[in-house]
Amino acid sequence: MDLTTTYMGMKLKHPIVASSSPLSGSVAGVKRLEDAGASAVVLFSLFEEQLKHDSAALEYLMNAGTESFAESLSYLPEIDDYTVGPDTYLDLLRRSSEAVDIPVIGSLNGITNSGWIEYAQLMQQAGAKGIELNIYYIPADLTTSGRAVEERYIEIVKAVKASVTIPVAVKLSPFFSAIGSMTKALDDAGADALVLFNRFYQPDFDLEKLEVAPNLNLSTADEIRLPLLWIAVLYGKLRASLGATRGVHTPIEIVKYLMAGADAVMTTSALLKNGVDYLTTLRNGLQAWMEMNQYQSVAQMKGSMSQQNVADPTAFERANYIKTLESYKGDYI
Amino acid sequence: MTERQVTTIDGNEAAAYVAYRVNEVCTIYPITPSSTMAELADQWASEGVKNIWGSIPLVMEMQSEGGAAGAAHGALQTGSLTTTFTASQGLMLMIPNMYKIAGELTSAVFHVAARSLATQGLSIFGDHQDVMAVRATGFCLLASASVQEAHDMALIAQAATLEARVPFIHFFDGFRTSHEVNKLTLLADDEIRAMIRDDLVLAHRARALNPDRPFIRGTAQNPDVYFQSRETVNPFYARVPGIVQAAMDKFAGITGRQYNLFDYFGDPLAERVIILMGSGAETACETAEYLNQHGERVGVIQVHLYQPLSASHFLATLPASVKSIAVIERTKEPGTSGEPMYLEVVNTLVEAQTAGTLPGATMPRIIGGRYGLSSKEFTPAMCKAVFDELSKERPKNHFTVGINDDVMHTSLEVDASFIIESDKVVRAMFYGLGADGTVGANKNSIKIIGDDPEFYAQGYFVYDSKKSGSQTVSHLRFGPDPIRAPYLVQSANFIGCHQFNFLDRGDVLKNATPGAVFLLNTSPHEPEEGWDRLPRPVQEEIIAKKLKVYGINAEKVALDNGMGTRINTIMQTCFFAISGVLPRDKAIEKIKYSIKKSYTRKGEEVVRKNFEAVDNTLINLREIKVPDRATSTRELPLVVSANAPEFVQNVTAMMMAGRGDELPVSALPVDGTYPSATTQWEKRNISTFVPIWEPDICIQCGNCSMVCPHGVIRSKFYNEASLETAPKAFKTAPIDARGFPDIRYTLQVYLEDCTGCGLCVEVCPAKSKEQSGHKAINMALKEPVLENERANIGFFETLPEIDRGRVDFSTVRGVQFLPPLFEFSGACAGCGETPYVKLLSQLFGDRLLVANATGCSSIYGGNLPTTPWAVNSEGRGPAWSNSLFEDNAEFGLGFRLTADKHLEYARELLKALAGRIGEELVDDLLNAEQITEIDIRRQRGRMAELKLRLREIDDPRAAQLLAVADQLVRRSVWIVGGDGWAYDIGSSGVDHVLASGRDVNILVMDTEVYSNTGGQMSKSTPMGAVAKFAAAGKQGGKKDVALQAISYGNVYVARIAMGANPQQALLAFREAEAYDGPSLILAYSHCIAHGINMQRGLDQQHLAVECGHWPLFRYNPAVRESNENPFVLDSGRPKIPLKKYAYNEVRYKVLVHTNPAEAERLMEMAQQGINRRWSVYEDMAARDGGTFVPKFK
Repeated sequence: MDLTTTYMGMKLKHPIVASSSPLSGSVAGVKRLEDAGASAVVLFSLFEEQLKHDSAALEYLMNAGTESFAESLSYLPEIDDYTVGPDTYLDLLRRSSEAVDIPVIGSLNGITNSGWIEYAQLMQQAGAKGIELNIYYIPADLTTSGRAVEERYIEIVKAVKASVTIPVAVKLSPFFSAIGSMTKALDDAGADALVLFNRFYQPDFDLEKLEVAPNLNLSTADEIRLPLLWIAVLYGKLRASLGATRGVHTPIEIVKYLMAGADAVMTTSALLKNGVDYLTTLRNGLQAWMEMNQYQSVAQMKGSMSQQNVADPTAFERANYIKTLESYKGDYI
Repeated sequence: MTERQVTTIDGNEAAAYVAYRVNEVCTIYPITPSSTMAELADQWASEGVKNIWGSIPLVMEMQSEGGAAGAAHGALQTGSLTTTFTASQGLMLMIPNMYKIAGELTSAVFHVAARSLATQGLSIFGDHQDVMAVRATGFCLLASASVQEAHDMALIAQAATLEARVPFIHFFDGFRTSHEVNKLTLLADDEIRAMIRDDLVLAHRARALNPDRPFIRGTAQNPDVYFQSRETVNPFYARVPGIVQAAMDKFAGITGRQYNLFDYFGDPLAERVIILMGSGAETACETAEYLNQHGERVGVIQVHLYQPLSASHFLATLPASVKSIAVIERTKEPGTSGEPMYLEVVNTLVEAQTAGTLPGATMPRIIGGRYGLSSKEFTPAMCKAVFDELSKERPKNHFTVGINDDVMHTSLEVDASFIIESDKVVRAMFYGLGADGTVGANKNSIKIIGDDPEFYAQGYFVYDSKKSGSQTVSHLRFGPDPIRAPYLVQSANFIGCHQFNFLDRGDVLKNATPGAVFLLNTSPHEPEEGWDRLPRPVQEEIIAKKLKVYGINAEKVALDNGMGTRINTIMQTCFFAISGVLPRDKAIEKIKYSIKKSYTRKGEEVVRKNFEAVDNTLINLREIKVPDRATSTRELPLVVSANAPEFVQNVTAMMMAGRGDELPVSALPVDGTYPSATTQWEKRNISTFVPIWEPDICIQCGNCSMVCPHGVIRSKFYNEASLETAPKAFKTAPIDARGFPDIRYTLQVYLEDCTGCGLCVEVCPAKSKEQSGHKAINMALKEPVLENERANIGFFETLPEIDRGRVDFSTVRGVQFLPPLFEFSGACAGCGETPYVKLLSQLFGDRLLVANATGCSSIYGGNLPTTPWAVNSEGRGPAWSNSLFEDNAEFGLGFRLTADKHLEYARELLKALAGRIGEELVDDLLNAEQITEIDIRRQRGRMAELKLRLREIDDPRAAQLLAVADQLVRRSVWIVGGDGWAYDIGSSGVDHVLASGRDVNILVMDTEVYSNTGGQMSKSTPMGAVAKFAAAGKQGGKKDVALQAISYGNVYVARIAMGANPQQALLAFREAEAYDGPSLILAYSHCIAHGINMQRGLDQQHLAVECGHWPLFRYNPAVRESNENPFVLDSGRPKIPLKKYAYNEVRYKVLVHTNPAEAERLMEMAQQGINRRWSVYEDMAARDGGTFVPKFK
């Protein structure tokens, strides 16, 4: 049984990758993921905005109230050697990469061009085997056009690709008018992998407090549909690897993603819910399913249900919609 | 040859730099103005800086200065080279150990930033009262006069003590030297090494206690030998002057800087000589030089080794030509025949005359005088006044200089126009707000310029007495020669006013020299409008002095560059651009270099923002054209309202206007007694944003009023008929209570007293249905509503105060109607302590006695010019006093003892006079219950009647009873302070008072650090938090004072957090007060020293409770009477991990950035500690009542 796969140019033991999450917030955490069987780990994201905010906040709060009153000219000890920049993250990346045999991929969320480039370079220097660009952008400005948003993505990818030599993945949101065209453009810009799709922050309302509340729910298995569709459509049409993320809770979702054409399947929610050791369950489950269904290798499965390989390619397009409605009628009506 | 390193630092750092390097153990305790020395020692140790023997000194914080001296004594006795740093009351606490250390002939140097002693009032500022008070201990006294000397003498003292075996106090003037930033030549380690003889160090060790060669020291001695033993030390003291001079000579050989026991400056044939020590000597020397250049013959003797005073060295220094001598001293010893150095000099000269060793033919005339107490300025003009006095045929003796003594007429006339500032020196003054970063920027400018080999730089900073909205004045000098001018800038050729409204508050331009440059932050106006906005007198002064005026809208530039309210970099750039100290381009380059150096570690973004701010500043800086004539019609506002009482008008207002120096002796109270309720006259207007009430949304819950740290939110209910004369804009709502259709409610915000902290908005639970986030109280710009609100406040004050008997004391909602008798304090905006103090004043203020430990609460409570402790409409209010830091519990117990004794006496007299007063009234007075407010008010009614009747009774006992009758209304005695007091320095007193069983209430406002002295660790500091003296994170856990107190069984104990549960806090206050025995309330007080956004202080309180760091409970021994469990947990099991609370605070979070592994370890241990403690509490709460200590009868 050959479970190996190639993702972002990296040979992985199997396609199940631990995606960016708090589970990779420490060296011990990364080691636990490896021990549980992850074939690669995407570290939790370095948020440029967070770094800037922390830097400004520390600067402000360290100085608050100082030089105002003769007895208390400062309130905290003179500490010059605190690090607010990316050092902590890079140190984790460096130490994790050294501590495990599987590839450790850095995840970056920037807000400025210089931030994207600088931090990507630093991640490479720290030993990242690859970088996942977690482009996270809500175009709330009503004058920002879809074209401008797309350009922004493409520019970031070009800039980062030009500044590092390690492979670069892009984690995408599904909110583009033309996903196909967008992925093609990113592929042309040099992306080594596309990860479909980002589940990003969508605020909730706290009715008790009448406030907008940050909230991120764990995914559910039925969320695989959208990525599944697009991976199946894109398979075989791009140079970049395809990573699937969202809704992986059992080996079945992994099988589906692979059949759609994913090179790697990422999971976090299942691990947060069931514990890190659930990775072993997923891997063993994948193998068991393949054995039961007499598949020899992941390569054999990969893309077998993609748009280009299914008997009726239109099933992924409008027909799919019709079929859904039709099937809704039930067999006896 | 050693390469000389030149640096620009303050006196504290200069002294500590050496002290740290020549010692092995530093026992420390914070006290202003010496704290910095201890902080630096601790910081260097945590950074691994080594002493000259290559080892890192051990730095140990103690619970008090007494503890620091005790530990120093022990470390010295066991052979360590040991030092400590202190001042003022701290030195007083060291006295017993100092006698021991000296008596045992121990080599040690204590470094003292000399400070006033607490007498009629406390003062943190500098004079020599403290060091003079330890003259008899046997310590030698070595004085420094400047930052360089503080550095050098620290070493000379150490070298001398090792050889002499006599301990030394090395001192320099608190603030004036300890806080003056000046350029100095740093001693290299090998220079320090060369001064310290290892054979003497080894001899010190050889004298140590050692079980391998045992002996005993510290015996109890009898009349047969004590006296002779005391005399054994004489030879050692006799050798001291020679040893010190030899050390000074050796030092000169190494460094080229020659000092002498007495240094003489001036004309060798001087006829008039001033003798003094400390920083004043620099001024005196500068003045003498100037006068001699102008044809006079005067001289100055600067005393370094004051004690033991070497007669031979002194006589050798005194010119034979001298005819008259003035010994002037920065100290005061009431009731003596002169200050100590004067008496020493008189004695020396008289003995010399007797022995025939006078330097001249005749005995010179000697006069003594006082100057400079509590950092009072000592200027060349004052010095000249002393020289002039010496010329008189009958000069005043025991004079004062620098004040106007119109009572005993001791003061000398001073010609204020005598100014000798050199034109080669740039003299700059900057008026800033504490919060705007002006001082920090100026310290930075001094570094920038001081680092230039062609320049010398000096900086000194004056702060006002408020912690919020405080004004700072920076005095900077830059010049080509060393700057020896330890006094404020007298004639400035550059004045920077960083806040436009300062022009209304005081004469900012008073010290501007003609033709000076005036830089004005015109915000909120554009520079183009700047001129028109100036008050007329300011315009006239500008024109008269021909000032060159520049303006910038600094707040706008700061805001546009994402720097918030920090205008420091902007104003600093302007200074460099227009002052001409350095060429403009070079200056800007240096600023940018400095920014990069300071901020690189804090992130590129911060650097970039500052760079942009510099560039945009230059673009936005404008010269303001000055017309020939004043164009403004706006006059300066009155300092205080014309309605203020006479004392406030004549005295308080002078202090408020920065003219307190002009007040004569006769204007001031003789015994430190000041009127209450004076903050109301300040109207500081320090916040641009203020809360605005929305009557339609408000649910009248009283939360905003309860948490307001500054007492600016008041509520009243009243009959709607009262509204007939209300201003149109007066806001009102029907009272939210059924059955009162005619009653209206108003929540009035005192906008001019508000600090803009925003806690009221945070706590408000009522929200608009139409607009999310809009509450019943919201922050908005003050300016547009100010005029209307002034009228509204005026009307609000005419509405009758609510009858206390009608107020529901048991709910937050009810308490809002009790007027605070603690209002408008100068505490930090959003202070976590003051809401508790205010609540105390509301509940019991009209019968309240407060003993207040020194600390934040004594400063915002009693730092002149004003006090927030107020008076109600009946003229009653809290009676407040601060004794010391360490004795507050005992001090407060004394209040109770008086109350108990006088009550007893009053009852005795009542009974004795019952026949004449009236049996029924006496019976009622004696047996009245005084639990509820109604009871109290009834008793007050009886009291009024009693007093009327007593005045009619012709019996001396009636007069006696009148004097103590007030005690018949139950007094509420509260002992208030912070954790530094309760957990550390006053811990044994707190313990004893709790054990006394007396009816006192102790309120500990626990900020978990020494807040007032700048955030040093206390035993309340929690594990893992970073504080001064715990830069690497506190390793030990927080002391559980509550459990200690509970162990007595009869002490009421509550742990409260107003931000988490205001109702429980209120309940605890009332239960504690009602309990007839000792009570202890531990009140969580969020603090600026936690490194939090103070606006979120209440949220942090809530989280502190939720995570179990601060469980709420009450232990009420009264419950024991019914055999129930007296321990009630008022908060639930921890719901969130500690880190969710802790990492919102820089004090915890910074460790994650400096040492993440250690942060994780400490956080884990702290979490375990919380878990364990919770289980103990839970167990106690679940116990059967019978398992507790029984109720004592």
